Amino acid sequence: MTALRPHAEDQFADELAQLAAADDRPRPPGWRLSPQAVVTYLLGDGAKVTPKYVGPRRLIEVAVSTLATDRALLLLGVPGTAKTWVSEHLAAAVSGDSTLLVQGTAGTAEEAIRYGWNYARLLAEGPTDAALVPSPIMRAMRTGSIARLEELTRVPSDVQDALITILSEKTLPVPELNTEVQAERGFNLIATANDRDRGVNELSSALRRRFNTVVLPVPASAEDEVEIVARRVAQLGRSLELPEVPAALEEIRRVVTIFRELRSGITEDGRTRLKSPTGTLSAAEAISVITNGMALAAHFGDGTLHPGDVAAGIVGAVIKDPVSDAVVWREYLETVVRERPGWLDFYRAARDV
Amino acid sequence: MSERFYGVRHHGPGSARAVVRELAAQQPDVLLVEGPPEADELVRWVAGSGLEPPVALLGYAAEDPGRAAFWPFAVFSPEWQAIRWAVANEVPVRFFDLPYAFRVGGSGPGGRAAPGVPDGALDSTGPGAGAVPEETVESGSGPPVGTSDADAGRHRPVDPIGELATAAGYDDPERWWEDVVEHRGVPVFDAIAEAMTAIREGAPEEPDDLLREAYMRSVLREVRRRHENIAVVCGAWHVPALTRKVPVRDDTALLKGRRKGKVVFTWVPWTYGRLASWSGYGAGVSSPGWYHHLFTSTDSVVPRWLVDAAGVLRAEGVPTSSAHVIEATRLAEALATLRGRPLAGLAEVTEAAEAVMCDGEPLRTALINRRLVVGERLGAVPDEMPAVPLARDLAARQRTVRLKPEATGRRLDLDLRKDNDLRRSRLLHQLRTLDVPWGEPAAGRRGTGTFREEWTLRWQPEFAVRLVEGSMWGTTVAGAATARVVRRARTARVLAEVTTLLETCLLADLPEAYPEVLAALDTRAALDADVHHLMAALPALARTLRYGDVRRTDLAGLATVTASLLKRICAGLPSAAGSLSDDAAKRLRDGVDGVHQATGLLADPKLRELWLVTIESLARRPDLHGLPAGRLTRLLLDAGRLDAAEVRRRLRLPLTVGTPPAHAAAWVEGFLAGGGLLLVHDDALLALVDEWLADVPAAAFDDVLPLLRRTFGTFDAGERRAIGERVAGPRPGAAQSGAGTVDHERAVSVLPVLSALLGREIRIREDA
Repeated sequence: MTALRPHAEDQFADELAQLAAADDRPRPPGWRLSPQAVVTYLLGDGAKVTPKYVGPRRLIEVAVSTLATDRALLLLGVPGTAKTWVSEHLAAAVSGDSTLLVQGTAGTAEEAIRYGWNYARLLAEGPTDAALVPSPIMRAMRTGSIARLEELTRVPSDVQDALITILSEKTLPVPELNTEVQAERGFNLIATANDRDRGVNELSSALRRRFNTVVLPVPASAEDEVEIVARRVAQLGRSLELPEVPAALEEIRRVVTIFRELRSGITEDGRTRLKSPTGTLSAAEAISVITNGMALAAHFGDGTLHPGDVAAGIVGAVIKDPVSDAVVWREYLETVVRERPGWLDFYRAARDV
Repeated sequence: MSERFYGVRHHGPGSARAVVRELAAQQPDVLLVEGPPEADELVRWVAGSGLEPPVALLGYAAEDPGRAAFWPFAVFSPEWQAIRWAVANEVPVRFFDLPYAFRVGGSGPGGRAAPGVPDGALDSTGPGAGAVPEETVESGSGPPVGTSDADAGRHRPVDPIGELATAAGYDDPERWWEDVVEHRGVPVFDAIAEAMTAIREGAPEEPDDLLREAYMRSVLREVRRRHENIAVVCGAWHVPALTRKVPVRDDTALLKGRRKGKVVFTWVPWTYGRLASWSGYGAGVSSPGWYHHLFTSTDSVVPRWLVDAAGVLRAEGVPTSSAHVIEATRLAEALATLRGRPLAGLAEVTEAAEAVMCDGEPLRTALINRRLVVGERLGAVPDEMPAVPLARDLAARQRTVRLKPEATGRRLDLDLRKDNDLRRSRLLHQLRTLDVPWGEPAAGRRGTGTFREEWTLRWQPEFAVRLVEGSMWGTTVAGAATARVVRRARTARVLAEVTTLLETCLLADLPEAYPEVLAALDTRAALDADVHHLMAALPALARTLRYGDVRRTDLAGLATVTASLLKRICAGLPSAAGSLSDDAAKRLRDGVDGVHQATGLLADPKLRELWLVTIESLARRPDLHGLPAGRLTRLLLDAGRLDAAEVRRRLRLPLTVGTPPAHAAAWVEGFLAGGGLLLVHDDALLALVDEWLADVPAAAFDDVLPLLRRTFGTFDAGERRAIGERVAGPRPGAAQSGAGTVDHERAVSVLPVLSALLGREIRIREDA
């Protein structure tokens, strides 16, 4: 396999097959697995099935129940809270196909959600079935599988409205051919949206009503977050074929601690309140800071991860707004980092950056 | 002989329903309920319509209202329902728990009784303030809520039925009760008693429980002598102990020698919010609103609940349609199925409402939680209910400090160095936090560090009502004031608000509130992005720190907060100093002045160093507005961080070609501000300015003059003249020549007037 990043259903094909074989509970029409098995696939069973998502079980249960009641699912959260990751794995587990994907952008046109035309054929043959180019969502309706729409709130409002009929009547009329595509059972839509984009292209209440919303939070405990970061760093390091650097758990813990403290605005011991910077400081960013630090250590350093290797990355992640965030960071360095035992190296490195 | 034991889950609607059903079937002659026997008299109020749950029995020591405990009842409490049934059917009711008098009595476990320690009052601020968990959780009418009497740790399961439910894989004990007990129609209470016996065999015994159960058994024996058909409603935990055969002498031995204090009981109104906060320990009632719903709605529990939730959202202007309710109901049911549960419970309906109706807005979820899950129901008691302990405590305090409430206003002068006056001042300050402004501080002569206080006292009749309202905060003045201040500190939005509260804490002597307020101060300081607010807050803190001990207050902790405040100011100041308008520059200058003074007061060389380093680097910045720049240079000069030569260089800079005149003017103004008087008396400064002026080349002098005039023009005419004289006159150290020449003739001419004024003749000595 040479793909830089294989699809979820390929990467975890074994686990999916195993779960399907052992699954004796009723499956909703069109589903490859029962809802319980889907939840197990995402959260892991502690043995063969690895956890894909580390977080509250109830959220995943609500998400899976939503899909089972053929309501569309809207995953909401700040950047880096595994929205896309969860939606990909949900689609892979439910319908075995996570590729029916529409990336929402400010330039997403209605064709990307409904259907487009092959203009050469359209001119030659006029409107025919063969000239019609179905969108991923239309294909998902035909095959009865899960379609995914990324960054829904980036899509212009008039284009978003194309979803209303699809979601409420589960049908997509094609007036040019005087036909329609009716969704097969098992069709559903998972959309993701960024919390920070609120107000850019706010969903109309008509559309909002057709979604159940699940808010993915930032990891609840430091241990969870360290685990997430450590696991992903290991996976990424392998697939990017970075030279082996023992990912120092201590540094991971430090990065996670700093991110958590700044994000929540309070130190882990609950004693000192802090200002929060404008950036999101998600687990995903922590992962990239560590990966970056490891690449630095492997290629330019002595092969072990030092505070200096991550300091630059951390400062870059924290200071997004050069004025206000710089104050936040300096305040944090002086009031918290400096006085914390064992952090002196990091303090020096961060100050020099 | 028929004798039935109903082991209930306190505040369990399922238990409540079952108890009423069983009582109706049994028709007992007498009903025994777990609760303080001193409150037997108060049962009659239950029949009237004036008493509306949620209410609580409040018991307190007659001579020390600070020792108090509450026994809350909601409409879904089994005890309440049982009492209601008994009163309606004219069956006598007796509370048969250990009398509260034993706990107040002072012997045994209830030893923490320093007078004035507001333990009960403090406890009423919520859980955690010294309340023993099991006491709090088993809050029904079992052991008193909130007494800190049993200091023992938590040994036995706090919510035995909850334990059973957990063992069965349920997170909500009520749902377990519904599923397992109600729906199967098993002989409920026998099964529960059996299960409890099993659990109790494996659990450690609590000495306090043994004592209470001994008392319960002795009451039971007494009742048996007169009645045949007895019903007992108590916490399920106690059932095995009550049915067990125990020799009489064991019980009497346990109970012997316990002293009894005098206690008074009354009903007070309660709220679902308090009910929820009491038992913030996982068991009991975290969701009184949901239990109320479970108890009152007979069918379609989930749809009705979600309809209510939609109503809550609609009332706040969130469009919520019936379609939402339908989808939420479907989701709740799907979730229940996914989790393998026969019916959707609170967790499912909450999650469904969150996903479908709240659009992921945490505020809406919180709204539903507050309005519906907890509920805002407020109980009521009849007006004829006896007096509250807070009023009694106030009366006692008034006697101790010898201050009588009088309706006519009078002035009171307090010298805080005297003990009694200090106590009076504290009492008045505490009352003010409770909205009982019996004394108003006289305007004017107030300043930290003084030991005099002037008050105007006037007692107004409506204060009595305010005391009743205030008694929800606690049973003593100090306790209630503490609770009130803590609450306000928690909800404060602005830094200045918290600084005021901190001052209140010191003035009113509320040491228990102090850490909370400090924490709030720290929080506000950290979150306040405006460095001006921080700078404004610092001087008051520094003053308190320096002069606070006049009131003999403990200032530990304040120093840390003040230090961290200064650090934050130092971190934030540089970025707040860029691109300032004239007004903002003035604000900054004033703020910096205040902080500079405060660092002087703090007398901490490290902090002062930090501050000076900060302003040093700030003063060097070329983009800084002239006013603060001049000011900072001056501060640094005064602090000895810059030598005269460097200051002269800096003084010269603004007056060079590259500087716009306005900047230069502001700089000079900033540098020389502080009044002309300083220039008159500070020789070094005057010399510096003088030398600098002399240095200005003649060609440039015309340009500099207006700038100087702008600053010097603000000084008093007298000051200006004095400065001029100092500059023109001889330098200090030179002898004062020429002062001796007196025009005798003119001097003599004032003598008649002086004589008239002084009333005696004045003349010049001949020898002069």
